[in-house]
Amino acid sequence: MFEYAPAPESRDIVDIRPTYGLFINGEWVDSLGDARDKTINPASEEVLAEFAHADEADVDRAVAAARKAYDSVWGRLPGRERAKYLFRIARIVQERARELAVLESLDNGKPIRESRDVDLPLVAAHFFYYAGWADKLEHAGLGQAPRPLGVAAQVIPWNFPLLMLAWKIAPALACGNTVVLKPAETTPLTALAFAEICRQADLPPGVVNIVTGAGDTGRALVDHPDVDKVAFTGSTEVGRLIARSVAGTRKRVTLELGGKAANIVFEDAALDQAVEGVVNGIFFNQGHVCCAGSRLLVQESIADELLGALKRRLSTLRMGDPLDKNTDIGAINSAAQLAKIRELSEAGEREGAERWSPSCPIPEKGFWFPPTLFTGVAQSHRIAREEIFGPVLSVLTFRTPAEAVEKANNTPYGLSAGVWTEKGSRILWMADRLRAGVVWANTFNRFDPASPFGGYKESGYGREGGRHGLEAYLDVRPM
Amino acid sequence: MTTSFTEVAASNATLRAFLHGLPGVDRVGADQRAAMLGTRSIKTTAKARAIDLAISMVDLTTLEGADTPGKVRAMCAKAVHPDPGDPSVPKVAAVCVYPDLVGRAVEALGDSGVRVASVATGFPSGRTSLEVKVRDTELAVAAGADEIDMVIDRGAFLSGDYRKVFDEIVAVKAACARDAAAGKGDAHLKVILETGELATYDNVRRASWLAMIAGADFVKTSTGKVSPAATLPVTLVMLEAVRDFRDRAGRMVGVKPAGGIRTTKDAVKYLVLVNETAGEDWLTPEWFRLGASSLLNDLLMQRGKMATGRYSGPDYFTLD
Repeated sequence: MFEYAPAPESRDIVDIRPTYGLFINGEWVDSLGDARDKTINPASEEVLAEFAHADEADVDRAVAAARKAYDSVWGRLPGRERAKYLFRIARIVQERARELAVLESLDNGKPIRESRDVDLPLVAAHFFYYAGWADKLEHAGLGQAPRPLGVAAQVIPWNFPLLMLAWKIAPALACGNTVVLKPAETTPLTALAFAEICRQADLPPGVVNIVTGAGDTGRALVDHPDVDKVAFTGSTEVGRLIARSVAGTRKRVTLELGGKAANIVFEDAALDQAVEGVVNGIFFNQGHVCCAGSRLLVQESIADELLGALKRRLSTLRMGDPLDKNTDIGAINSAAQLAKIRELSEAGEREGAERWSPSCPIPEKGFWFPPTLFTGVAQSHRIAREEIFGPVLSVLTFRTPAEAVEKANNTPYGLSAGVWTEKGSRILWMADRLRAGVVWANTFNRFDPASPFGGYKESGYGREGGRHGLEAYLDVRPM
Repeated sequence: MTTSFTEVAASNATLRAFLHGLPGVDRVGADQRAAMLGTRSIKTTAKARAIDLAISMVDLTTLEGADTPGKVRAMCAKAVHPDPGDPSVPKVAAVCVYPDLVGRAVEALGDSGVRVASVATGFPSGRTSLEVKVRDTELAVAAGADEIDMVIDRGAFLSGDYRKVFDEIVAVKAACARDAAAGKGDAHLKVILETGELATYDNVRRASWLAMIAGADFVKTSTGKVSPAATLPVTLVMLEAVRDFRDRAGRMVGVKPAGGIRTTKDAVKYLVLVNETAGEDWLTPEWFRLGASSLLNDLLMQRGKMATGRYSGPDYFTLD
């Protein structure tokens, strides 16, 4: 085979401090407790940095700083002034894109090709997009004179650390809210780098506060009596806890949770592009995507042909060093996640589905899982029902469009779906019937700040992105 | 031609049914895939190998009304020794000339192993009768051409007269035959689809299959006289077609993008495309060619850069 020599992106351009504090009121401060956590590079298990594990008192300080900033500065600032800060942040993100991409790949394990070409451009795009809305909120169609909610508590996952931060912070600030954000405990580094960007942009102190820690920190933040809004992206399990915790309070909440999306390929689809779309749908970001197309529903008449093409294509995927520009599949984010993927894959085999992976060398250190296909999957198998959140695709078949819709909707989730057909009328017919927040046609995993994103059923509620995303951060009173 | 394809070619209706039954090509998806493969980063040893491979795949081409025997002789010298100062540079795959200059090229190349390709069949428009096309081909073959680059009748193709296109390819393929006693095998037939005039990727896929069913040894994107000439996505679609055709018919067909490939960076992108679409079997001059006239000097310049760490100026490479 025509072997590509390694083309690693240099990690010298990032400056990782050995230890990080909390970012509260525009300053780096030490945690009041002594608890510390470490973040590692999942591709090598090397410790990258130590960071503070915030406790309730730390969270309290952060919320107080956000409240003060909201009352004294940010909540009163005209939209056009807030927009300037957001534009400034967007531009700094663009200027520092290469550095941030390397940092993201180091901390998360995702290939640099994706952090560089997908994550970072989208992060900047979200800040630009919401900067544009900051002075036009009255024209968003959400009612006259919409007002900010106050302090937003935001808890984000480890799969797209910086992108999820942008999805949360950009609309919150554009609408005039202040923020306390907790990044995931396995991927805090880009959020901490973002704290520096806030300082570089001269954002008033307290408008953005970043507290690091684990589940207990998140709980303290969500439960804090002085937050007005909770935004969470992560597992359905944690989402349930949050929903319970905020029930009966005045807090507004948006939850963006798990998914088990169907990627439906009809016999008349553009086959080569469908194969690409299926690959992108499930193997993008090692399958650590809540809207991943983890169930392939293929029309029986082309099942063999499509599977053959898919296996051939999978054999060309390159797994390895996330910083290598030619890597397609990086490392699994954590040992815990790897264990979960292994457990579910073994369950798949036990239940009688047939497992297939291309032969690819697996690095000795780090957390790795090869791209995996399961054929002969039934709707009742665990691998067809539960979110695996890894590079594992379950293949099911169907015979008629109605059956495809039925099977696609037969899941507790409803975040996304994909339809592959050359027939336009069928795309519309399917999109009408699929119970999913996003339905992609002849493409998959495409994101745009102007497009709202969110789920049905156990995939959560509320929408992020687009004009709809503003509503989650505004108090709209009919006049 | 296998039995099943005999049935496919039985009438225009069966041909049409077959070609329109092929999976469609989604333009957006194909463009994205080609763009993604274009971002592969090729460095050091891999790049050095890629440059030599690309040089050995070049069809050094001159197709101008002003071509002279002298110009062809000079080009042939360059084809054999692309860089007179560096004998480690491989020779190119072929030189490509008009039929009337084939004899000169054969003479100049001698037993160097560089093949002679000739564009026949009323190149570049192909708007002439079948008799003329066949005769054009026969003359080039008789003069010693190893490869014939024919153009398809785009007018017939676009009007849906697939059978006419098919028949012409079959007739020209027959004209490529040589008496076994002559010592040289049959000339290889490269079928130029002129993808810039076919407009859609669906048409590119159909035309590729049509040419392969009719017996083409190679499918080639362009004459170089129409814009756009070769593009990465069009070549991607053609590579998918030859890959699928081998699965179905058990026969390999080569691919040649031609026109507009000027830089080493471009050439390497094509090699990546071949590697990840059709596979490494196609990564030889026997099954993949780059039709280009100005590409070779850039490849040589990059090769020099890899060896010495410095760029030399264009004057350090010959213009022939």
